[in-house]
Amino acid sequence: MANDLIDLMADLKEQEALTIVRRRLDAGEDPLLILDDSRKAMEIVGKRFADSEYFIPDLVYSGEIAKEIAELVKPKLAKAQDIKRLGKVIMGTVSGDIHDIGKNIVSFMLDVTGFEVYDIGIDQAPQSFIDKIKQTGAGIVGLSGFLTLAFDSMKETVGAIKNAGLRDKVKIMIGGGQMNDDIRKYTGADAYGADAMAGVALAKKWTGTK
Amino acid sequence: METSVDKTKEKLDMWCSASGITFASPQAEQDYRKRSRRISDSIQLKVPDRVPIAPLVTFFPAHYAGMTAQDVMYDPDKAYAAFKKVALDFQWDTAMNHINTLSGPMLEALDYKQLKWPGHGVAANRTYQFVEGEYMKANEYDAFLDDPSDFMVRTYLPRICGTLAPFQLLPPLTMIVPYYIGITMMMAGVAFTGAVSAFESIIKAQAEFMKLAISVGTFNAEMRALGFPMLMGGVSQAPFDTLGDSLRGTQGIMLDMYRQPDNLLKALDKLLPTAIRMAVSSAETSQIPVVFIPLHKGPMGFMSLEQFKTFYWPTLHKLMLALIEQGLVPMPFFEADYTDRLDIIKDIPGGKAIYWFERTDIFKAKEVLGDRVCIRGNVPSSLMCTGTPEQVRRYCKKLIDVVGKNGGLIVDGDVGIPDEAKVENVRAMTDFVKEFGVYR
Repeated sequence: MANDLIDLMADLKEQEALTIVRRRLDAGEDPLLILDDSRKAMEIVGKRFADSEYFIPDLVYSGEIAKEIAELVKPKLAKAQDIKRLGKVIMGTVSGDIHDIGKNIVSFMLDVTGFEVYDIGIDQAPQSFIDKIKQTGAGIVGLSGFLTLAFDSMKETVGAIKNAGLRDKVKIMIGGGQMNDDIRKYTGADAYGADAMAGVALAKKWTGTK
Repeated sequence: METSVDKTKEKLDMWCSASGITFASPQAEQDYRKRSRRISDSIQLKVPDRVPIAPLVTFFPAHYAGMTAQDVMYDPDKAYAAFKKVALDFQWDTAMNHINTLSGPMLEALDYKQLKWPGHGVAANRTYQFVEGEYMKANEYDAFLDDPSDFMVRTYLPRICGTLAPFQLLPPLTMIVPYYIGITMMMAGVAFTGAVSAFESIIKAQAEFMKLAISVGTFNAEMRALGFPMLMGGVSQAPFDTLGDSLRGTQGIMLDMYRQPDNLLKALDKLLPTAIRMAVSSAETSQIPVVFIPLHKGPMGFMSLEQFKTFYWPTLHKLMLALIEQGLVPMPFFEADYTDRLDIIKDIPGGKAIYWFERTDIFKAKEVLGDRVCIRGNVPSSLMCTGTPEQVRRYCKKLIDVVGKNGGLIVDGDVGIPDEAKVENVRAMTDFVKEFGVYR
């Protein structure tokens, strides 16, 4: 029965998955096991996305199912859970750009993979990134930008992190509609990720996680 | 289906005929005829005298003329001057007018919610940007399908224009009908819901719009007189994008594909006549047969091939066929990457459409559908903004050699000329195409 949930979720069978969750909670099962299955399902989803079997709508839908499961489980959690975190990642859309869908998907996938994500939102000046690095000690920074105006904003952000003496303390990845490896070089970032799972793969690589 | 009259050729010939234009000089007339013929030949997959260059610009003219985006959004005269400067300095095969820089005061008058723009949510020299939202909720398909016009007036407009919020308190327009009491009740509705202020805001907005419209109309006339044809005629959208951009939002419509596919398909069919009507009427108004169709949500990664075939392509395909039926030239702008769906979108009558590609492998596109459609694009924005003139020239050479083989290419940036493009790169692109793009 335990495997049913993982398979159902990974196959995006929303109603069946939620039914199983309710049944298991009513049976008095440890809610942490359910959350663990949810995470395993998201791992499968992530892998299918990386293998080009699943696409962005599948990530969005699985994310919704995961959120619904978390909502069902939350009241049954005994205390604040100390979930093992693989590392800290700051995510933000750079100055002048208000787009966030891609960033939100990456943030979500990093979170379900086990990273501690600090999503500082849209249209963030370089100083906001610097402040968050200092505040959290995060080792990875993800810069999101959709428009061509983000090219210089990203370059300025990387430059500001350098001027603040923090450049060697963080790995910086960029992503978004107009970004590519040429822009990665232009901005001085460490890597460019073409999609959410590329971002997750980079974060895993930089934290030495398999 | 073969018809005895090639309506596309008819409409393009009319566009090339320059009837009704009083040219500023014999040179201007010659320029106009050469440029329009060059583009018309490219569309119909005949070999032109040289590869046309017909870029889209939005705020590049502002940057070029030393103005901010806010300047041109709030002052049509400034926008006019900037766009004219670009047209005269670069001498492309078409000119672009400033209708796409919109009117800041008009948007303000309506308290428009779906954009943030310079001076109103983004900095002065940034482009306007779309504000994602669920402007139609997941449980509102029935209301939309049952009476879309009522949904527009009393649910959608109040959500997207702050000043039109009182409309949600009005009774449906059908209230006007019964007896003579109906019209009295409607007037009571207008009086007591505060809808008068909504109508006043519309009056204010349209006054601002007229300033822009007159400016653009004058600009069009001047550009034509100076020898520049204009390519952006009508405009429309794939029904999936109308529903997904403006109504359900990106997240909403993605979930709808799983949770309510039947409703989604019905709504797409419902929106198709609107898409056709919009294209035809805007092409008619402009007297230019090319219909610009920016596409957003159908690329690789954004949906599977199965979802593309089921939800995205059918109504877009029907839209384009309906336009071609009337001799109009659909110009879908395939934003992002469609490389794995080229075989599907190839299904279109030959020589009747322009396919504009951004990130699609444009060289593969030429292989797959170069014998069907004229291809537009796709000098990368990253090169235009951060590269060198030499890199730009090198890319243009490959474009012309491969995609321009036997005609069928209109050169532009991958998303048009980006706002922040380096001027030297724009010059390099322009000069190179004019020199190297000649067919011998």
